[in-house]
Amino acid sequence: MPQDTSDLSVADLRTSARRRAWSAGARWAFALAALATVLVSALIIWTVASGAWTFISQVAWGSLTEIGWFPRRGLFDLSTLLVNSVQIAVIAMLVAVPSGFGAAIYLSEYAHPGVRKVMKPTLELLASVPSVVLGVFAISFITPSILSNFFSEINFFNKLAAGIAVGLLVIPLIASIAEDALRAVPVALREASSGLGARKVTTSVRVVLPAAMSGLMAAVIVGFSRAIGETMVVTIASGGGDTSLFNLSLFESGGTLTSAMAALGLGTDQVAGSTLAFQSLYFLGALLFAITLVLNMAGDVIVRRLQNRY
Amino acid sequence: MNPEKALMTDESDAPEMLVPSEPHPQTRIDVSAVAAMAGQRAATETVFECGDINVYYGDFLALRDVTLDIAAHEVTAFIGPSGCGKTTFLRCFNRMNDLIEGARVDGAIHYHGVNLYQDEVDPVEVRRRVGMVFQKPNPFPKSIYDNIAYGPRLAGVKRSALDDVVEGSLTRAALWDEVKDRLKTSAYGLSGGQQQRLCIARAIAVQPDVVLMDEPCSALDPIATGRIEELIAELKTEYTIIIVTHNMQQAARISDMTAFFSVQANERGHRTGELVEYAPTSLIFTNPDDPRTEAYITGRVG
Amino acid sequence: MSVLTTPAGIATGAADALRRRPGADVAGSAFKWLLIGATVFATGFLAVLLAVMIVDGWDVLSGNLWYFLTHGFSQRSAGEAGVWQGILGSLQVALVTGLFAVPTGVATAIYLVEYAQGSRFARIVELNIRNLAGVPSIVYGLLGLAVFAQTLNGFTGGTTAIAGGMTLAAMVLPIVVITSVEALKAVPDSLREAAYGVGATKWEVLSRQVLPAALSTILTGTVLALARALGEAAPLILVGAATGFMAFGDANVFETFTGPYTALPVLIFNFARQPGADWGANAAAASVIILVLVLAVNGLAIYLRNRFEKQW
Repeated sequence: MPQDTSDLSVADLRTSARRRAWSAGARWAFALAALATVLVSALIIWTVASGAWTFISQVAWGSLTEIGWFPRRGLFDLSTLLVNSVQIAVIAMLVAVPSGFGAAIYLSEYAHPGVRKVMKPTLELLASVPSVVLGVFAISFITPSILSNFFSEINFFNKLAAGIAVGLLVIPLIASIAEDALRAVPVALREASSGLGARKVTTSVRVVLPAAMSGLMAAVIVGFSRAIGETMVVTIASGGGDTSLFNLSLFESGGTLTSAMAALGLGTDQVAGSTLAFQSLYFLGALLFAITLVLNMAGDVIVRRLQNRY
Repeated sequence: MNPEKALMTDESDAPEMLVPSEPHPQTRIDVSAVAAMAGQRAATETVFECGDINVYYGDFLALRDVTLDIAAHEVTAFIGPSGCGKTTFLRCFNRMNDLIEGARVDGAIHYHGVNLYQDEVDPVEVRRRVGMVFQKPNPFPKSIYDNIAYGPRLAGVKRSALDDVVEGSLTRAALWDEVKDRLKTSAYGLSGGQQQRLCIARAIAVQPDVVLMDEPCSALDPIATGRIEELIAELKTEYTIIIVTHNMQQAARISDMTAFFSVQANERGHRTGELVEYAPTSLIFTNPDDPRTEAYITGRVG
Repeated sequence: MSVLTTPAGIATGAADALRRRPGADVAGSAFKWLLIGATVFATGFLAVLLAVMIVDGWDVLSGNLWYFLTHGFSQRSAGEAGVWQGILGSLQVALVTGLFAVPTGVATAIYLVEYAQGSRFARIVELNIRNLAGVPSIVYGLLGLAVFAQTLNGFTGGTTAIAGGMTLAAMVLPIVVITSVEALKAVPDSLREAAYGVGATKWEVLSRQVLPAALSTILTGTVLALARALGEAAPLILVGAATGFMAFGDANVFETFTGPYTALPVLIFNFARQPGADWGANAAAASVIILVLVLAVNGLAIYLRNRFEKQW
């Protein structure tokens, strides 16, 4: 039976204070959580920026261009680490881009739905392989069982093996972004091409790939950023020591931005406090943060533009 | 066409119709005057009085200057072509439009004399008193029992009283006999028509005095539609019912009053709905006042 | 006859033209096989990886697996070292990670989807989440060291499992938020309308209808996030897990949360750093263990997702 509605007043159209309080309280709790995620970013920026500032204000500028990276001796040659980081990331891209793109094209253009259904989760599983394991893989298999057969002069710790292992690590990421980009290409474009008598390979290479080009570029950029930021593989396979001399050889060991940070972190007990060596940890962190942020934002802009196009 | 056949006809999709018209003066229709004109309806209490309702989605005007009153214990039908704003208007009565991003309602709707669009009014309580049944049956992914008990629990009905509420609501929705042996099974196991009657039972379980129905039969087959229509006829003895329908035969069969809405597109292609005619159903289907109503009705019937 | 010849001739010629000729599309099949090769390489190295680790770690895995699983780290000799502390430490860290990341992440997703969709603040939060997802894990280590271990020392007790867990929580937060946002967006609006329609408040709609409906997907995202945390070593190295030891002895379980700690991936790193084949075998054996763990957890998440995929 409906309730009596004679003499209805505004007061009757109010919910109980308790229910309203719950609803309002929940809203605030959720907003607070969202704010906390912003706080995490703010704290990261504040941490690396203030630590980096301490380093910059104390360091002698000349020590930033030296023969190598020897933090405890006050030699902070940035080019050593930057060159090693870039070398390893480029090798990683040479491994990951062909196979990642190949897998992406196969899955989006060729693969039987049943195959896709198995391969997609497999790629996801691959993405979860811990990086330490790939580091171990580099020194226990890639270098001794493969590389040393081709290059007799190769060092046990070397940038080449590290780069290959990092490449294996970023394949799933690149394949997944590339596949999204390819699948975003409208079926109508493929049909238009096939309708003109083009073979599948022609359609894929001449129509689908160019249409997905910006997304594929984003995959490379984001993959490169991930490779630059990868720590454990490089620390285990190439830059184990906390020092490294500037060199360009891929067969030699060499520390990167990230492995130098890990090395400094390992020695926290020895170098902790306000020593310059310890502060260089934050400086490297700030540099790494800035580089990856720029790369990721570039990738993000490209992906977003792609989403808006079709 | 015999009435049996008419009952079975289900034309849920009205053709898109843009009735050409001159810009016309605001239509002010007074329910009592119309009732007097019809001369056959008893004077009843007014549940809603709407004055100059305009609904905007962002900057764009979706519904212009609607003024009408809704009488208690009657079935009022809103008809008109797609995009004419009839559903938008229906959702004004329980402030469901509040949930749509950017939607804004201008004007006042007085519910038993209280303006629903004043700050002190809580839409949550409005929706308990003005229940709603949606276009597609949308039971919760819960048991039949819990679907009905959900609203009463929120309203603070005691656990011991719940069984009675559930039985009463299902009985009134003519579903009790079909489901009484499987109250604890999932509502998703019911047929489409049963699910829609469950949604009606769920709506009346919180003791509303108005039930809004937004094309409740559009997803149902003719037989299920017929059962819902019978149910509506029974429910109006206790509830005031406002129903949006695409199906004019349905409006003709079940409603006491009919409001015909039309739509006009401006030069930029924005379509704004407006109320063309509001009159007793018997009158609007036999002797419409406005040529646009006539065009729409004859276009469908003839 | 001659009248019939022409059409028939065309028909025969057309049939020939339409017939697939062997070897005609060399480039096409070469391309296809190249793609298959790339796909096999991309996915197949997991098998190689597992095989290599099992072979290298075979002495440990076959000989004294039980000892290896139940004993702690030892600096003295590879044969005495085990991964027990690493496993326990990883579980502790994962627990803390979950406690911080899941409520914050899910609540943020709820705010973004249910309250603030399209608002300026929501756009800032979304941008922020996307950027956080790309921050290298070791940078989170700096956050953990400077903020959780040092500034919040009173709460975390310094470089402890709590500080390590909070660090990883910050790292996996974007994963939890992004998967939860997707889960909430997948809940149909008709369900929300149905609940509002009978007079539910926003909180009641969320807590009793929307969240239960999205729960399985949110759970999947959470499991994936924890799997990621389980395999992560770099940030923990900065937040004090590097020693490979855990406060044990007489300490009860709760005290171990606030003492020195370690984690399985950090332990593998420690094994890998030691020279010699015995340590290599330890690293490989521990790698097999962590691979099995992480793959099992991920497999569980993927299974859960596929099982609950089509609800609506």
